[in-house]
Amino acid sequence: MMKDPRQWQIRLSGSGGQGLILAGIILAEAGNLENKYVVQTQSYGPEARGGAIRAEVIISDMPIDYLEVETADIFLALTTEAYAKYCYNVASGGLVIIDENVKTKLQRTRVNRFPIIATARDSLGREIVANIVALGVLVSLSEILHYDTVLAALKKRVPPHTMELNARAFEKGWDLGKERLAVKEVEKI
Amino acid sequence: MTSERRLMQGNEACAEGALKAGLQFFAGYPITPSTEIAEILSRRLPEQGGKFIQMEDEIASMAAVIGASLTGAKSLTATSGPGFSLKQENLGFAIMTEVPCVIVNVQRLGPSTGGPTLTAQGDVLQARWGTHGEHTIIALCPASVEETYYLTIMAFNYAERFRTPVILLMDETIGHLRESVQLDKYDKMKIFSRPRPWETPDKYLPYAAEDDAPPPMAVFGEGYRYHVTGLVHDESGFPCTGNHAAIDRLLRRLNNKIMAHQDEITLYKDTMTEDAEHLLIAFGASARSAASAVKIARREGIRAGLLQVQTLWPFPEKLIRQKTLGKRSVLVPEMNLGQYAREIKKVVSDKTMVVTLSQIDGRLFHPNKIVAYFRGEERHAEIL
Repeated sequence: MMKDPRQWQIRLSGSGGQGLILAGIILAEAGNLENKYVVQTQSYGPEARGGAIRAEVIISDMPIDYLEVETADIFLALTTEAYAKYCYNVASGGLVIIDENVKTKLQRTRVNRFPIIATARDSLGREIVANIVALGVLVSLSEILHYDTVLAALKKRVPPHTMELNARAFEKGWDLGKERLAVKEVEKI
Repeated sequence: MTSERRLMQGNEACAEGALKAGLQFFAGYPITPSTEIAEILSRRLPEQGGKFIQMEDEIASMAAVIGASLTGAKSLTATSGPGFSLKQENLGFAIMTEVPCVIVNVQRLGPSTGGPTLTAQGDVLQARWGTHGEHTIIALCPASVEETYYLTIMAFNYAERFRTPVILLMDETIGHLRESVQLDKYDKMKIFSRPRPWETPDKYLPYAAEDDAPPPMAVFGEGYRYHVTGLVHDESGFPCTGNHAAIDRLLRRLNNKIMAHQDEITLYKDTMTEDAEHLLIAFGASARSAASAVKIARREGIRAGLLQVQTLWPFPEKLIRQKTLGKRSVLVPEMNLGQYAREIKKVVSDKTMVVTLSQIDGRLFHPNKIVAYFRGEERHAEIL
């Protein structure tokens, strides 16, 4: 399928309960705030917790017909199972972001490993915000959306009493991305 | 509603559309992938003075919806395949007794419990013929979140105008899809409410009407008393099983009150159909895939076009005949094995080939299947 340069296709994956659908919703919300066309879809099993899930977001300057991601410009995985199941059709030049604990079969070098879950657990004290740390990494590395709009989207979509923690998580993730960019090029497929 | 563009889920748009249409009562039993509709309305409906009740099952939910509507409340229930099956008997009761209501079926993969989170369009004919006996039904099918909002309002309008149950046939993809919507353009939509009787209660004949119209509907609790029965009945509302002329009049009127207005009930969108050699006819989420395929085909020099049918039932025969006239082929991509394609085949000229393209693996219909068909490479294509 011909690729529209003004369209970002993003696939987020992890384990059910890690909040990746919420992360997808926040990305879509931020895209909407920047007046883009957005669609967000998801795939999950009947289980409420555990099991690999994926959330997909398309952010585009033009109306979107087909609703799912065909070739991912950005792929994120927080678990090995999700990586194995959902890391397909990544665009050439695409960005792959994975948690440092994700085991990839081949020793792939062109993936960007980050201590996403560890940051949430150790520096923020709550593993539950790993999704938002990941979001910070993703947005700062890809520069698809502005920091402020993602923060505004976050505010619209997380419970008010968790906003402060989530904002810190987003900032931590953002910084992880920026630090990496400062020392080396981001790896592309 | 302001003019701001909002990110909204399909199921949320359904709930909001129902509120916009004047929803006053919801009864349901939660089931994936329709649950958000109940969840949202359990909060939003009481805020607006309406009543929300979670019933013990889908059968009771449908019964409660009929009861509430008889007291004058605009009523809704939402479910998915397994629940839709259970509602069929009372759905027939609502058709026979002319009780306006809206039934949402967010389709998931069946049969049986099938795949709760898997998308499908397997209930197209169930929506048409799920309940027994000769009857006519209205079923609308949205292909976007914004259309879900619009068609939910239209579903209530048709239900109220024609005093009949209306089915909003969604699919898992559209129910769970989130996308940007701009809803202020619907602010000025006309909202219909059922006609009320002008006679005093002692003169009221509950089922007296013109041959192609619904009768005015009294509100229980306002002094009007009448008999409501699923048995065939005459103008008084009482059974008339021995009066064949009255039976004939009733059953023909139930059909005519809808079919006399078919042109205005037929909702659709078309894209590049005029010069198309190959016409895609699609509905729901697969219409989005078809729209994508049309663009790819055009880039490859294939003259394809798309007719997106929003009103699935009553079957838009005139529209289909008109739009398919002179086409080389009609392709119908569906997430079933050709339920609607076979209806289309019945009315299309023999000179036009009708092809069913199917995907029933629980995933969204992929545009590449349509493109592959044009290249002669699609496995799941069947010429009817």
